[in-house]
Amino acid sequence: MVVGASVAGLTTAVTLRTLGYDGRLTLIGDEPHTPYNRPPLSKQILAGTWEPDRIKLRTDEELSDLDARLLFGRSATGLDTATRRVTLDGGDSVGYDTLVIATGVTPNSLPGAHHLAGVHLLRTLDDALALRADLRHRPDVRVAVVGAGFLGSEAAAAARRMKLDVTMIDPRPVPMRRQFGDRIAALVGRLHKKNGVSMRCGTGVRRFFESGGRVTGLELTDGTLLGADVVVVAIGSVPAIGWLAGSGLELGNGVECDPTCRAAPGVYAAGDVASWHNDHFGCRMRLEHRLNATEQAQAVARNVLGENRPFAPVPYFWTDQYDAHIQAYGIFPADAELAVLHGELEGGHFVVAYGHAGRVVGVLGWNSPCELRRLRQLVVDRAPWASVAPTPPAVWTGRHLSASIR
Amino acid sequence: MQVTVHQDKCVASGQCVLAAQDVFDQRDEDGVAVLLDERPPTELHDDVRQAAAVCPALAITPAGS
Ligand SMILES: Cc1cc2nc3c(=O)[nH]c(=O)nc-3n(C[C@H](O)[C@H](O)[C@H](O)COP(=O)(O)OP(=O)(O)OC[C@H]3O[C@@H](n4cnc5c(N)ncnc54)[C@H](O)[C@@H]3O)c2cc1C
Ligand code: SF4
Repeated sequence: MVVGASVAGLTTAVTLRTLGYDGRLTLIGDEPHTPYNRPPLSKQILAGTWEPDRIKLRTDEELSDLDARLLFGRSATGLDTATRRVTLDGGDSVGYDTLVIATGVTPNSLPGAHHLAGVHLLRTLDDALALRADLRHRPDVRVAVVGAGFLGSEAAAAARRMKLDVTMIDPRPVPMRRQFGDRIAALVGRLHKKNGVSMRCGTGVRRFFESGGRVTGLELTDGTLLGADVVVVAIGSVPAIGWLAGSGLELGNGVECDPTCRAAPGVYAAGDVASWHNDHFGCRMRLEHRLNATEQAQAVARNVLGENRPFAPVPYFWTDQYDAHIQAYGIFPADAELAVLHGELEGGHFVVAYGHAGRVVGVLGWNSPCELRRLRQLVVDRAPWASVAPTPPAVWTGRHLSASIR
Repeated sequence: MQVTVHQDKCVASGQCVLAAQDVFDQRDEDGVAVLLDERPPTELHDDVRQAAAVCPALAITPAGS
């Protein structure tokens, strides 16, 4: 049985069938839609260039070929690992031999805001369509994006493409800092400014103003008052593990698994919800990356069928904002050193390597997909940092570099 | 097997090249996938199916067997 019917859950089911599993298969998901791809939600769907039909992960025919019991629009509310049963929202329960948990993450909300019309989260297709409709309802809509991670950044870019007035707010000094450090964050900040976004970084939201149940503006923690007709809240997310309380599974930052993605006898986890020990980097991780959901689900399906191999990938992530296509392989510790391997930071095309504990642990490309793919091998090989970094003083730390590109 | 790449969906991730480099390549200027071999030989079919399965944009269709 698989709980969570998005990319990780569906890929688990598909891979099990591809590998020859012909036993019973149940796929449970709480969204009313058949499984779809999330990345286009904040890009083509929000911008209005694609309609929802284009992002289906499988056609209805392919889904029925899976020969699985599909329970869509149903949510799992409890798990009993002793009797191997999952409880559903109707109070009924379903038994399993092996359970794969693929319930992803739930976006964080801002206290005291979400009862107001005009305030949006962005995780599901319905979220994206509701936000799109609100952005289009007048040509002079003022948009406030709270949270300058990749999701908020993409939403801001989509709104700017619609020529709307956009303000971005984040308590951190620069966008996407948590993901890739100060250096790249400063470049993303500059990109937003160049594209006409008003940046309010280093400040949070104190309260919202409303009229007749609809948001009209907000007050920032530095006292600034901002008018806003639409507010996008993109302040991170938490693993969807509420339904697993009391199940006896180890729950921390997600469902805690061993290196083979197994959480307990007969229980595995895959995708955004899974935390596991990645032997390649020698550390525990939980990723909210589209490719990982596929790769981890494939690994889980193989392990369910007895392969029992550690899942030790080099993670891949991408984000598109305006004309910047940013892609990254590996991990990006806050205290990593950086070295430019291709192009120039100022030139709009480059690849940088991240070094940590004497090894290359990540590479990030900005409008350089082919070069980045070639340089990925450095992360696969855990190449010695000394082999890519120029000799001092040109080995820059994040701090020095962010100063140099302001 | 007849392979199709939907370039308008491609997000230039390069996963297809990593999975089957004799069948896929990426355009130098923007990384969008190009087909090197529309009808790859049988021994590459598994790699092509894996490329289609991991493609994060669902941009690859391998038809037939
Ligand atoms: C707008 C947006 C843009 C993105 N863009 C990118 C990008 O450009 N690049 C990138 O690498 N990644 C991107 N991502 C991240 C990527 O989409 C995720 O990593 C991926 O969707 C994870 O898949 P998943 O199946 O693990 O989880 P999810 O896609 O979150 O699926 C989990 C499913 O389980 C369901 N569920 C939850 N609880 C229950 C329950 N109790 N019972 C039944 N069902 C339940 C949920 O409703 C959901 O359908 C983006 C994400 C979003 C939201
Ligand atoms: S794997 Fe898919 S998205 Fe990535 S380059 Fe190939 S076709 Fe494009």
